[in-house]
Amino acid sequence: MAYSDKVIDHYTNPRNVGTLDKASHKVGTGLVGAPECGDVMRLQIEVGDDNIITDAKFKTFGCGSAIASSSLATEWLKGKTIDDAMKIDNMDIVEELALPPVKIHCSVLAEDAIKAAINDFRVKNGMEAIESEKSHH
Amino acid sequence: MNIPIYLDNNATTPMDPRVLEAMLPYFTTKFGNAASRNHPFGWVAEEGVDYAREQVAKLIGASEKEIIFTSGATESDNLAIKGVFEMYKEKGNHIITTVTEHKAVLDACKHVEKLGGKVTYLPVKEDGLVDLAVLEAAMTNETILVSVMYGNNEIGVIQPIKEISAIAHKYGALFMTDAVQAVGKIPVDVNADGIDLLALSAHKIYGPKGVGALYVRRKGPRVKVTAQMDGGGHERGMRSGTLNVPGIVGLGKACELCGQEMESEAKRLSALRDKLQAALTVLEESYVNGNVEHRLPHVANISFKYVEGEGLMMAMKDLAVSSGSACTSASLEPSYVLKSLGLSDDLAHSSIRFGLGRFTTEEEVDYAVEVTKTAVNHLRDLSPLWEMFKEGIDLDSIEWAEH
Repeated sequence: MAYSDKVIDHYTNPRNVGTLDKASHKVGTGLVGAPECGDVMRLQIEVGDDNIITDAKFKTFGCGSAIASSSLATEWLKGKTIDDAMKIDNMDIVEELALPPVKIHCSVLAEDAIKAAINDFRVKNGMEAIESEKSHH
Repeated sequence: MNIPIYLDNNATTPMDPRVLEAMLPYFTTKFGNAASRNHPFGWVAEEGVDYAREQVAKLIGASEKEIIFTSGATESDNLAIKGVFEMYKEKGNHIITTVTEHKAVLDACKHVEKLGGKVTYLPVKEDGLVDLAVLEAAMTNETILVSVMYGNNEIGVIQPIKEISAIAHKYGALFMTDAVQAVGKIPVDVNADGIDLLALSAHKIYGPKGVGALYVRRKGPRVKVTAQMDGGGHERGMRSGTLNVPGIVGLGKACELCGQEMESEAKRLSALRDKLQAALTVLEESYVNGNVEHRLPHVANISFKYVEGEGLMMAMKDLAVSSGSACTSASLEPSYVLKSLGLSDDLAHSSIRFGLGRFTTEEEVDYAVEVTKTAVNHLRDLSPLWEMFKEGIDLDSIEWAEH
């Protein structure tokens, strides 16, 4: 399968690889996927004042498209409020990375990881978790 | 050294220039139909086919009359399994095969089940080999055919063919083998091995694509298969269709070359393969899949835990290899062969198959080792599972969300 230039770029030079202190109340962590399915994404956000995301990091076990989707997600998250970040849709990722149909699940996983990280932060800070209106499972 | 490096010789092999040279006249000046009996054009083509039949037969210790040319091993497998079932179904309706067979065998068996046949799919042991006691226990007096592949395409394990055929014969069943990966790579002898039907393919042994053969025993016992293709009654009535003369000539030449060079090639390739395997299993948490003693000389299937195969291949873009990861397939299921060894899904997803060949050099193997090591380390730096493993977290203790 041929990958798009953007997937190759994110795969070769992944942005924001790393780990934030998950014990910190400013950090939200989303861990989604399963090893037996061939993809696991861990996406973390650090949230500052006004609920603005100041930092984002990821680590992903998966194919090139999964790595690229999570790398892109971290780029998009920085500078957004957690409410705006909640609006990131997997199809935006599909479009940006020109993912083929067989790789759409990678973008779904990235969206799930974003929402899981935000909800982790919200719950830690006394807010309610936001149920996603669409279920991919 | 030319980049990218081809290490996927179990999928297909490049054609040997000597094979191409043998084929070329049969496209142009020697273009006749081998079935044209009344002019020199036909005779010349037929001569080419007859010679190829001898070359193929010689490589597997058969008689030339026992070779049926086909379009490839998939057709040979289909003809053998469906053809035996149709021919012998009055005698019994039971076929035994294994779960690690090629899809051509498995799907032909599924077809037989639709026709009312019963098929037993034997499990394999953790090393990929058939358990002879389990095979014997599955035999019934209804069993007409046992079909077990000679060497496995994914992990390279070589089944105990003599012992398996002896069990089949003890119960009056025929023994068939898909020997696509073994023929031309290791010695195969239909008489010493007790083989009644054998499928082989040209493009796995440095010949052209689109041609293969089925060996059908003529003596002790005389085996018959019902034709699956109706037409002019070519190939002793078992496979109609104008013969692919250039392809057949190429298959013959490919067999001849393998016969001459197999012994030294097997030594050279197993030394290179062992070098590659030793260098890569130095990496932490890397595992060789399948039995390493009974294995084809050119294959190594290695799982690099905590990295995903397709992602890994992408980082190894200068190498052409394949993976048991199914990320590219619509089903998202990892290799059924690796799973049948009892490998967990994540290890199956993490596997890379290295398939060396006649044109693989030591320089290429050394380069492949470096590329693979760099890629594995790069992806482990990106892998949350690797980080957890390093922190001593038991991954099985985590409740993963299936998706």
